[in-house]
Amino acid sequence: MTTTLLAVLIALGSFCGGLLGSLTGLGGGIIIVPLLTLVFHVDLRYAIGASLVSIIATSSGAAAAYVREGFTNVRVGILLEVATTIGALVGAALAAMISKNVLSVMFGVLLIITAYRSLKPREEHELTAEPDKWAARFRLDSSYPTPSGKKEYAVRNVPGGFALMFAAGILSALLGIGSGIIKVLAMDQLMRLPFKVSTTTSNFMIGVTAAASAGVYLHRGYIDPTLAFPVMLGVLGGALLGARMLGRANTVLLRNLFTVVVAIGAIQMLYKGLTGTA
Amino acid sequence: MTDTGPNGRWSDHAVEQLIGRLLQIGVLIAAAVTIAGGALLLFQHGGAIPTFSVFRGEPERLTSLTAIVRGAMALQSDAIVQCGLLLLIATPVARVAFTLVAFVLQRDRTYIAITALVLVLLLYGLLFGTA
Repeated sequence: MTTTLLAVLIALGSFCGGLLGSLTGLGGGIIIVPLLTLVFHVDLRYAIGASLVSIIATSSGAAAAYVREGFTNVRVGILLEVATTIGALVGAALAAMISKNVLSVMFGVLLIITAYRSLKPREEHELTAEPDKWAARFRLDSSYPTPSGKKEYAVRNVPGGFALMFAAGILSALLGIGSGIIKVLAMDQLMRLPFKVSTTTSNFMIGVTAAASAGVYLHRGYIDPTLAFPVMLGVLGGALLGARMLGRANTVLLRNLFTVVVAIGAIQMLYKGLTGTA
Repeated sequence: MTDTGPNGRWSDHAVEQLIGRLLQIGVLIAAAVTIAGGALLLFQHGGAIPTFSVFRGEPERLTSLTAIVRGAMALQSDAIVQCGLLLLIATPVARVAFTLVAFVLQRDRTYIAITALVLVLLLYGLLFGTA
């Protein structure tokens, strides 16, 4: 297959991944690596490099809109970025020592968790009012816009959230993903931020986390321009179209489609890893 | 969150608006450079048969920051693409640097320290490439 034909096919696949990820709000990154390795037989390291670059593009593009709307908690984001960037650098160092088969199994497990979480309905939890020592120290409590005006919220369990963010950073670098699911889990479940604030702040942080390991991988030769450019432009185009279609698309159908795609990817990644053919 | 900083000009809201704009501009410029390089790459080498299934690692001219910029200046298509991707990686770094400036203007010591730490970690990875 020639470079041009391959670039067009990869861009189309990445476009669908970006579109699906953006419409379901689950991120396209987790689909890109399985797409590249399983469908296009790309080496895992090149796939991780290309995926990280495209994650930076979509995260920064979407974060721009959310930050301006006032959902993102910039202080929470910056504070937790300490944990995710250290995690990403640790993960990038570990990546050189972990075999492709182990990484493939880890990816499969994470895809199963993603498929499970994408099926679960999201409900807004009760906002906490308990004062927290660390949240007060770092002035993390804030407010966000709701249909009935600005609503105040308090933040808790900062150390727990910080620890989980460190893990999210490691996984982001090892697997070339945004780790959005873990980031949202840390903020929404542990730190009790409103769901919308958790998802937008997670998105805000994903670009910085990915940039930490992408910088290292660029030096290590994981980022191939011929592969990365159709992936990045495809994912970005899909994500931008998804943002415009949001609210008009059938999200239930898309979520089910996303779950099926992720589940198929999970089985294949697990199979390859466990049989030592990754 | 405070609405106005100590000097009355740098409110959190104003900072957020600027951060949002900065991210948009960064992605736009990076995407434009990548598209230009990618189009040139396909025009010049579109008929080649690439192999991504075997990892060989990129040559030094596509991994060293100075070599990438030099190659892009010499209009080498793959170096132009790599330069666009480098600009993309630099966008969140610039965002953190800008946030640091905002916290300095707000004289927020705690967050100056936190943001500076994140910036140092990012620059360390990007400039030295070791983790």
